[in-house]
Amino acid sequence: MILEENAQLEAVSAIVAELKQQDGALLPILHRIQETLGYVPEMVVPAIASGLNLSRAEVHGVISFYHDFRRTPPGRHVVRICQAESCQAMGSVPLTEHVKSSLDVGFGDTTDDGAITLEPVYCLGNCACSPAVMVDDALYGRMSASRFDALVQTMKGGK
Amino acid sequence: MSITVFVPRDSSALSLGADLVARAIVGEAARRGADIHLVRNGSRGLFWLEPLVEVATPEGRIGYGPVAPEDVNALFECDFLHGGDHHLRLGLTEEIPCLKKQERLTFARVGITDPVSLDDYRAHGGYRGLARAIGMSGGDVVEEVTQSGLRGRGGAAFPTGIKWKTVLGTEAPQKYVVCNADEGDSGTYSDRMLMEGDPFALIEGMTIAALAVGADHGYIYLRSEYPYAKQVLDEAIANARDAGYLGADILGSGKRFELEVRVGAGAYICGEETSLLDSLEGKRGMVRFKPPLPAVQGLFGRPTIINNVISLASVPIILDRGWKYYHDYGMGRSRGTLAFQLAGNVKYPGLIEKAFGVTLRELVRDYGGGTATGRPVRTAQVGGPLGAYLPVHQFDTPLDYEAFIAIDAMLGHGGIVVFDDTVDMAQMARYAMEFCAIESCGKCTPCRIGSPRGVEVMDAIIEGRDRQHNLALLRDLCDTMLNGSLCALGGMTPYPVLSALRHFPQDFGDAPAKGA
Repeated sequence: MILEENAQLEAVSAIVAELKQQDGALLPILHRIQETLGYVPEMVVPAIASGLNLSRAEVHGVISFYHDFRRTPPGRHVVRICQAESCQAMGSVPLTEHVKSSLDVGFGDTTDDGAITLEPVYCLGNCACSPAVMVDDALYGRMSASRFDALVQTMKGGK
Repeated sequence: MSITVFVPRDSSALSLGADLVARAIVGEAARRGADIHLVRNGSRGLFWLEPLVEVATPEGRIGYGPVAPEDVNALFECDFLHGGDHHLRLGLTEEIPCLKKQERLTFARVGITDPVSLDDYRAHGGYRGLARAIGMSGGDVVEEVTQSGLRGRGGAAFPTGIKWKTVLGTEAPQKYVVCNADEGDSGTYSDRMLMEGDPFALIEGMTIAALAVGADHGYIYLRSEYPYAKQVLDEAIANARDAGYLGADILGSGKRFELEVRVGAGAYICGEETSLLDSLEGKRGMVRFKPPLPAVQGLFGRPTIINNVISLASVPIILDRGWKYYHDYGMGRSRGTLAFQLAGNVKYPGLIEKAFGVTLRELVRDYGGGTATGRPVRTAQVGGPLGAYLPVHQFDTPLDYEAFIAIDAMLGHGGIVVFDDTVDMAQMARYAMEFCAIESCGKCTPCRIGSPRGVEVMDAIIEGRDRQHNLALLRDLCDTMLNGSLCALGGMTPYPVLSALRHFPQDFGDAPAKGA
């Protein structure tokens, strides 16, 4: 565990060093950290803060402000279901209930096998093909309970 | 001679399997020894037909759709490469009525060209606006945009030219152009389609803006929910830079303009311009007090043009064809066109670019074909989560900024979300409050505290607890939010709530609404 933390800190230091020269560097840095580590661990906050000459409170404030930044490791796949009006008009409420009960998780939770983290999202810009779901970076339209179940099978089967 | 086949790379088309279709076509062509040239275009915006495959023939582009991977073999059997007959054949794409009736100015190239091909862009009129702008003074360019009547397409409808004029007239060692591509409103996707389908139009518009006011750096603040748009924009920016349309010396003018994409982090409030600027600066996306206006003290304290994607992407055609050409479309003080987006429960959802003045009824009934579920239309929410719910008897209101304000509604970014008669309007009112509570930046009290209280009051109303008292409380709360909030999030969340209450009082309990 200690080793892992060291590796994470090293990765973060390299990211901060690479990106800190650009104006408004904090968001690009946080995005890169999350891409690399899957989340933004609490213990890397001091390294980011000192690299950017900010207080730890400022960095913490930014991480906690934005919905995207995760403070715990996600599952192997992140599933986001749109909760906004257009998708509601096409049945996202019952779809969401189906997803929660079939995966046995709530929003923000990860399935017991570590395969899937479920998150809400407010509009994926796929409103002409509602309801919309995003799995990692792949977008799906006109989602149904049965199509979702098939997707879950591929996610749980593969990596 | 190879035959050109088009399969969109637009997010929505991809979400319906366009990549699988493209792969199947390439594989089948190779197997049969057919010589094809595959172009990954943007979407035409006819989403019930996506994935829409097109083939270039001597008669024009023939469409087939919606195509599934398993249809591909049959398409080859029917010789679709030469426009052969098949039950998915749509004829000439341009002649599809929903497309033919549109007035595509800003979206003239979307779905037609290869989005990242500069040659294609120029062959379809691209970069003529910039070429003309370079020969004009900054003041003349700003005047041209002002005369066109273009107003902010993000929703606030502030005259674009006036913003630019303020930036032009403010002395500073550094100025910026920022594109607000944080398209968070449910029911809207025109920014995404434009960026994925014709990114050079946005890049050209930003370049014209920058040169006009003397800005040398630009940012596109893109929401993180649009990863495909990021890929297309990055590719297009690199191509524009390689060809001298961006960089240290734009087309030999001696003027510099650098452009980069920055990605947001899932905060709806960052679509509010001052909050967006704080976010770009690497901070929490908190709304700023105005004044100072961003045009005077914007990004990093410098004068900044901040405009929506569609506003900026409409600038090239205005410079190319002249302000009058654009101004001749529209009605009243709403000039030009708006890219309306039909979404939600609608049979034929899609992008409809029309001059202002078209009615909601024409869009929902004639273009949209009613609901997808086949049930009666009950309401449409226009303008995103802060827009009013309109009952069907108001559907003849012309889509015009002022006409909508007159009925306590707003056009916003042109998103139209249709609902059938199963919708529970009290639940939608509750959701509006809930959404505001989730997305509030927390700076002002009416929004931060008002929205969670709004959810509680709605819960009480839905459960039937002390209903008359709680309805009065809800109206009072909405009044406070409307008049006391710092920005449109808290200030306009009452629009969907009050419109639901006014037009659908039966959903809020048996007693008729008073004073709504």
